[in-house]
Amino acid sequence: MLKVLVTEAPFDLAAEAARVQGVGDVGAVASFTGICRADDGLRAMVLEHYPGMTERALTAIAEKAMARWPLSACTVIHRHGRMEPGDPIVLVLTASAHRAAALEACAFLMDWLKTKAPFWKREELADGTARWVEARTADEDAATRW
Amino acid sequence: MRILYFAWLRERIGTGEEEIALPEGVRDVAALMDHLATRSPGHAAGFAERRTIRCAVNQDFADGATPVADGDEVAFFPPVTGG
Repeated sequence: MLKVLVTEAPFDLAAEAARVQGVGDVGAVASFTGICRADDGLRAMVLEHYPGMTERALTAIAEKAMARWPLSACTVIHRHGRMEPGDPIVLVLTASAHRAAALEACAFLMDWLKTKAPFWKREELADGTARWVEARTADEDAATRW
Repeated sequence: MRILYFAWLRERIGTGEEEIALPEGVRDVAALMDHLATRSPGHAAGFAERRTIRCAVNQDFADGATPVADGDEVAFFPPVTGG
């Protein structure tokens, strides 16, 4: 079971986890939630994306995870639009019979979506300025380890 | 063909989307970038640092050597920063 959603609305981790628990022989559900931080006096973050390609890229990444690990479910929810510190940005959730597959697939999904899905972050700072976040080499390195 | 721009590239160029006819002699993404850079001072500024720009053809990641044809959707953008 694969779910990919790109939305402005917040998500509910408990509801998403409950949804995958009853599907197949589930012994493990792993999840990662990415949250907007208040680094450097950040007031808000605006996430821009490429409608159409974003869904397509996330689906391809999720399908790759389903093919590589024995997952009964894989959920990827990524928000776009304006977010403030403390707001959830991204949710990745995997379900499998055993923990190793669920945990590994969850890490893989995050590493890949950071470098292979068309999102761009713009930070609005307390002093009124704004800047586009630059891609990090460390993220690229994390994606290539898979 | 439909050309899309995102993030700081969209800001520098001043539009997120434009429709153009495939220019004569343009067969790949690299040649298309050369052509687009001549459209306005904003385009020239946007495409000045060519190595920092990524692209997609028909919503698949592409590179300079990827062929382009009339009717394609070609997008240009900085390296992605989601997650």
